[in-house]
Amino acid sequence: MIRVVLPFHLRTLARVNGEVQAEIAGDATLGAVLDAIETMYPVLRGTIRDHVTRRRRPFVRFFACKEDISNDPPDTPLPAAVVSGQEPFLIVGAMAGG
Amino acid sequence: MSKIRLSVGTKKGAFILTSDGKRKNWQVSGPHFAGWEIYHMKGSPVDPNRIYASQSSGWFGQIIQRSDDGGITWDTPGGGAAPSPDGMPKGESNKFVYEGEVGKHLWYDGTQHPWEFKRVWHLEPSLTDPETVYAGVEDASIFKTTNGGKTWQELPGLRNTKGHLWQPGAGGMAVHTILLDPKNPKRIYVAISAAGAFRTEDAGQSWKPINRGLKSPYELPDPDAEVGHCVHRIALHPSRPDVLFMQKHWDVLRTDNAGEQWREVSGNLPTDFGFPIDVHAHEPETIYVVPIKSDSEHYPPDGKLRVYRSRSGGNEWEALTKGLPQKDCYVNVLRDAMSVDLLDPCGVYFGTTGGQVYGSTDGGDTWDAIVRDLPAVYSVEAQTLK
Repeated sequence: MIRVVLPFHLRTLARVNGEVQAEIAGDATLGAVLDAIETMYPVLRGTIRDHVTRRRRPFVRFFACKEDISNDPPDTPLPAAVVSGQEPFLIVGAMAGG
Repeated sequence: MSKIRLSVGTKKGAFILTSDGKRKNWQVSGPHFAGWEIYHMKGSPVDPNRIYASQSSGWFGQIIQRSDDGGITWDTPGGGAAPSPDGMPKGESNKFVYEGEVGKHLWYDGTQHPWEFKRVWHLEPSLTDPETVYAGVEDASIFKTTNGGKTWQELPGLRNTKGHLWQPGAGGMAVHTILLDPKNPKRIYVAISAAGAFRTEDAGQSWKPINRGLKSPYELPDPDAEVGHCVHRIALHPSRPDVLFMQKHWDVLRTDNAGEQWREVSGNLPTDFGFPIDVHAHEPETIYVVPIKSDSEHYPPDGKLRVYRSRSGGNEWEALTKGLPQKDCYVNVLRDAMSVDLLDPCGVYFGTTGGQVYGSTDGGDTWDAIVRDLPAVYSVEAQTLK
């Protein structure tokens, strides 16, 4: 079970509080955890990744074990500490004020 | 007794303002979708409790929201977590994908640039079916849903109308106005900054530019240019859908033949730059604009917030000032931020970038602030409820 932390606005959209838990049947990759989140919460489709291209939206970031893995390919395995639930997988609204 | 509902979209959320028919005491509900930009909300004329809202953010993109109880509760159509009777929700109410070859439009540097969906600027519910809504989007196109917002399909004929010559203005390139002809269900008008006005006679399959008579010498050196005009807003009275009024980047204009030919009716306005234009509910020749100083100074001239009313369909204008700030006022009124109700006397409403929503219960003779401190107001839609 992977612990996922959503940013405030996506928690509101999905109507959840705190962390959510994603169960992944196959390989625990970056793409698989995003697929799981979008399956659990269809309202989030298009808000993290583009509907068609599946590319990450420009001001969304993915963090795991204090590493920014936003630009890693979708088949990148998640760190063991995230897969074991020791560390959360973070979806973050990037700092983009100005 | 009738009631009035104002759906107010702002830079940081949505607000629902309601009053009885006296229009003196208002209840304020909100912010809904706090922190998100709400470009537009509009209720269905067929089912007044159904309201559609366009919610967007630079981080998380576009969301479509729908209320079936007059704005008390909201849902993303077909986006819920629980399985619906017709299967798992697909979460496609925010999926706006251009049809076929995406194509290109004119970019700022004169090159061709691919169309990219950014957000929904305007939602226009059908006059006959609460499940059908048209969406005006950036980059400019029009989409349609026939299932209450669960899915959207583009009407691509609009982009095929010399779309390669359309060029974004400073505010982007969006379909910001959609007018449905109440007498001819196959006729729709749209307006785009900075492409112009267009009309369809076949329910959106094919479109025609209707910009003859528009003059934009500083933006378009070609006086006969069919497209490329910066139209800010168009409006009609339901009883006369062949008569349109337009607030252009500069100039206020009217057409009496469904856009075949326009003529300027700026007359004695202190400046003919502005964004909104609207028509009195019961007097088809009474129109309203809010003059703004210039394209580079988006605030009222002389620090005085003045609505101008013409009772003659243009050319002769009077300033409406009672109840509006007449000094040190430097707000703007955006294109979708003016609306009228259907009561008699007609109510007129507008919101400002300073967060005020003003209302008049006497056709504009006098004004009161309904609220003063909302976030910057993007849109105001008045609904008259039985």
